Amino acid sequence: MGFLQHKEVPRHRFAVTYYTGGITLFFFLIQVLTGLLLLMYYRPTADAAFESVRFIMSKVQFGWLVRQIHVWSANLMVLAAALHLLATFFGRAYRRPREVTWLTGVGLLFLTVTFGFTGYLLPWNTLAYFATKVGTEIAGDVPVVGRAIMVLLRGGEEVTEATLSRFFGIHVAILPAIMTVLLGAHLLLVQIHGMSRPIAVPVRGGEPFYPHFVLRDLFVWVLLLGGVAALATLVPWPLGEKADLLAPAPAGLKPEWYFLFMYQSLRLLPARILSLEGEKLGVMVFVFGSLLLLAVPFLDVWAQRERSHRVVTAAGIAALLFVIGMTIMGLRADR
Amino acid sequence: MEQQSDRRPVRIGRRSFFDYLFGTGLAALAGAILYPILYYLVPPKVKEVTASSVVAAKAGDLAPNAGKIVAFGGKPAIVLRTPEGEVRAFTAVCTHLACTVQYRADFKHIWCACHDGHYDLHGQVLAGPPPRPLDEFKVTVKDDDVIISRG
Repeated sequence: MGFLQHKEVPRHRFAVTYYTGGITLFFFLIQVLTGLLLLMYYRPTADAAFESVRFIMSKVQFGWLVRQIHVWSANLMVLAAALHLLATFFGRAYRRPREVTWLTGVGLLFLTVTFGFTGYLLPWNTLAYFATKVGTEIAGDVPVVGRAIMVLLRGGEEVTEATLSRFFGIHVAILPAIMTVLLGAHLLLVQIHGMSRPIAVPVRGGEPFYPHFVLRDLFVWVLLLGGVAALATLVPWPLGEKADLLAPAPAGLKPEWYFLFMYQSLRLLPARILSLEGEKLGVMVFVFGSLLLLAVPFLDVWAQRERSHRVVTAAGIAALLFVIGMTIMGLRADR
Repeated sequence: MEQQSDRRPVRIGRRSFFDYLFGTGLAALAGAILYPILYYLVPPKVKEVTASSVVAAKAGDLAPNAGKIVAFGGKPAIVLRTPEGEVRAFTAVCTHLACTVQYRADFKHIWCACHDGHYDLHGQVLAGPPPRPLDEFKVTVKDDDVIISRG
C-alpha cells in the first residue's frame, strides 16, 4: 500500500475527468456481482432461457432488481468507458510512457461492447434474436476471416440454440477471463505511471491519491449506486417476447444504442460502391477505424514532444461528431 | 430550564461524532446491499408435486423376484414383486444418506449400493448403516394397473 501514498492526483481545470476510470471500474464490479447472482437461476437453453429470466423477474425475491441493475449498469459501463476514452484522448494521456495503458484501455472498451453484444442474446427474446442475427451477419462481412468468425460465433451457419450456448460461455467465462488479465494490467500500469498531467492546462499542485482521492472516488460510487438502483426501479427494461425462430422480424428493429452509429452508417451506404459491396466496404472502414484508435499514441508524434496539436483535437472532434450524429440519426430513423 | 448539576453531559468531539456518523452510514449501506442479496439467494417456492397416488407399473410386466424404480411425488419409489408373487412398494430413498435403493434378485431383498445397506421385503433394516426402515406405500392392483398411494 506504500506506493498509494506517494501517488498524487494533479489539480487542474479538467481534474474531474480523473473520475471516469474509477466510475467504469465501479460499473464493472456491479456487473460481476449481479452477473454471479443471475447465474444462480439462469439456464442457457432455447427452451429455458427466456423462462428462467422471467422466473428471476417474477418469482425470485429481488430478482427484478438484480436483473434491472445488471442491464442498467451494463449500459452505463459502456457510457463511462466511452467518456473515459474521450478524457484520455483529449488530455493526450496516452503519450509516453502510457502507450501500453492506452492499448489495454482500448482493448477493455472492445471487450465491454462484446460483453454487451453477447449478453444481449441471453434472455432469448425476439429483439435479441434478430439483433444477434444481424450483428453476426455484419461480422461475416469482415474481409477474409469474416465468414469463419461468423460460423465460430454462431456455432453453425444459423443463429440457433448452439449460438446461445456459445454466447453464454463467451459472456460468463471467456470474456471475464480476458477482462481480468487486461484490467489487471491496465490498473497496474496506472499505479506505476501515476495520473497523467494534461499538456496545455496549468496544474495547481496535487493531492494524495490515498486517502483524499480514494475517499472522494468512493463517495461518487455510493452516489452512482443509488442512481443505478433508482433507474433500475423506476425505468425498467422490458423483457420482450420469447424468440420465435420462424416468426418474421419485427418492424423498428435496432441494435443497442452503442452499436447504433455503425448500424446507421452501414444503412446509409449504397448497395454497391465501385466494384465492392457497400456494406463490406463500410465494415472494412470500421475495422480500419478501430486499428486507428489503437494506434493513436504512435500516430500523435506531437504529444510525444509534449505538444498538443490542433490536428489531433480536430480529428477527435470529427470522429466524435460522426458517432453522435449517426447515433441521433439512428435513434430518429423510422421507428 | 436546564438544571445545574454536578455531572456534566459527556461531550463528544466533532471528530468522533463524524466518525460515528460515517460508520453508521457505511453499516446502513452494507445492510441495504446485503439484504436483497440474501433474499435473492433463498430459492423461491416451486409448486411441489403432491400426487397422493400414481400408476406405477403394469402388473403383468412385474416379474417375481424383481423390482423397478418409479417416480412418486417427485421422489423415487420402488415397486417390487416378491419371489412369492406379492406386489409391494416402498420409498426408494435410503434412510441412511438418501441414495436410491435397488432390488437385488440374487439377495432376494432391497439393497443400497452407496454404503451396503440391506432391507428385507417389508422395508426393515437387515444389515448396514440405515437407521430406519423404508416407508411402505399402499399397493392396489386394479385390472392390470399397479397403483401405489401414501399411508
